[in-house]
Amino acid sequence: MIVRIAGEGQFQVPDEDGERLNQLDNRAVSAVEAGDETGFHELWTQMLELVTTDGNALPDDELVESDVILPPRDISFEEARGEFTGEGLIPDE
Amino acid sequence: MPGLAGRMSTVIKAKISKLLDRAEDPGESLDYGYQKQVELLQNVKKGVADVVTSKKRLQMQSQKYEQQVVKLDTQARQALSQGREDLARAALERKTVIQGELQSLDTQVKELESQQEQLTENEKKLRSKVEAFRTKKEVIKAQYSAAEAQVQISEAAHGVGEQMADVGLAIQRAEDKTEQMRARAGAVEELEAAGTFEDITQLGEGQDDIDRELAQLGAGAQVDDELAKMKAEVGGGGGDAPALGEGGGKEGPQT
Repeated sequence: MIVRIAGEGQFQVPDEDGERLNQLDNRAVSAVEAGDETGFHELWTQMLELVTTDGNALPDDELVESDVILPPRDISFEEARGEFTGEGLIPDE
Repeated sequence: MPGLAGRMSTVIKAKISKLLDRAEDPGESLDYGYQKQVELLQNVKKGVADVVTSKKRLQMQSQKYEQQVVKLDTQARQALSQGREDLARAALERKTVIQGELQSLDTQVKELESQQEQLTENEKKLRSKVEAFRTKKEVIKAQYSAAEAQVQISEAAHGVGEQMADVGLAIQRAEDKTEQMRARAGAVEELEAAGTFEDITQLGEGQDDIDRELAQLGAGAQVDDELAKMKAEVGGGGGDAPALGEGGGKEGPQT
């Protein structure tokens, strides 16, 4: 599957990582909801590592849509919280 | 990935898709689509240039502060050699505040630098994709009927579009950040303008608003240390330093 890290680019990640990524993602969201900033950053780092170490960066001229798009690496806890309370990185209109 | 329901990623993906839907479908007409992409690429270049401009502004501000620090230090010495410990203290307090600002400016400049790098890298990626799209569109035009071309080009167009939405997001974040920095720099400039950063020796006995503000900033300990050090230097070096508290020295400030 193709995963994009916003602001960085696309990676070809083995399909079997999808489940692990999904779990981390859900736990990261729970951490955000619980106000657990440290926990969120830990999980977030694990997600990025999974993608960048297991995945291969796609060539710049590859024209494919991503299956998964992750927020930017430097997302702050406040921004992450904003994602789930309406005003996110890209505001709803 | 239908099985992937993680919300962190689905939320952002949904939003990027929304940005994509809002834009005109670049696959609609091959040449028009390409033209549109090239235009957007220009906007991205402008976004990068804006970040560079902001960075330069901060660097200039930083130079100004550095000069201010030197000036306040000199003024503190002058005040001390004239026995005006109160003025020396005020000057050092200001110096401490400016030094704090300098540090935060440096951090901000570094932040903008890394943003600039990231945006430049992003722009390069986008340029490659737009170029790949151009090549692909020519191949498609030559080999397929209009209906087939539509299908062929759709994914390619989405590939470019997603990259554009991503770069757009990066630029928006960079702009938000520089906006915050600008607001902060403006606040400090106001403090500077309202006070007497220009000539500390014009300050009378009474405290002005700035003095009170500065005192509240708790620069105390550092200022005490520096003042003691400076007193030792001024006292030891000059030999003819006037007694503290006695406003005897009416001569002009020595440099």
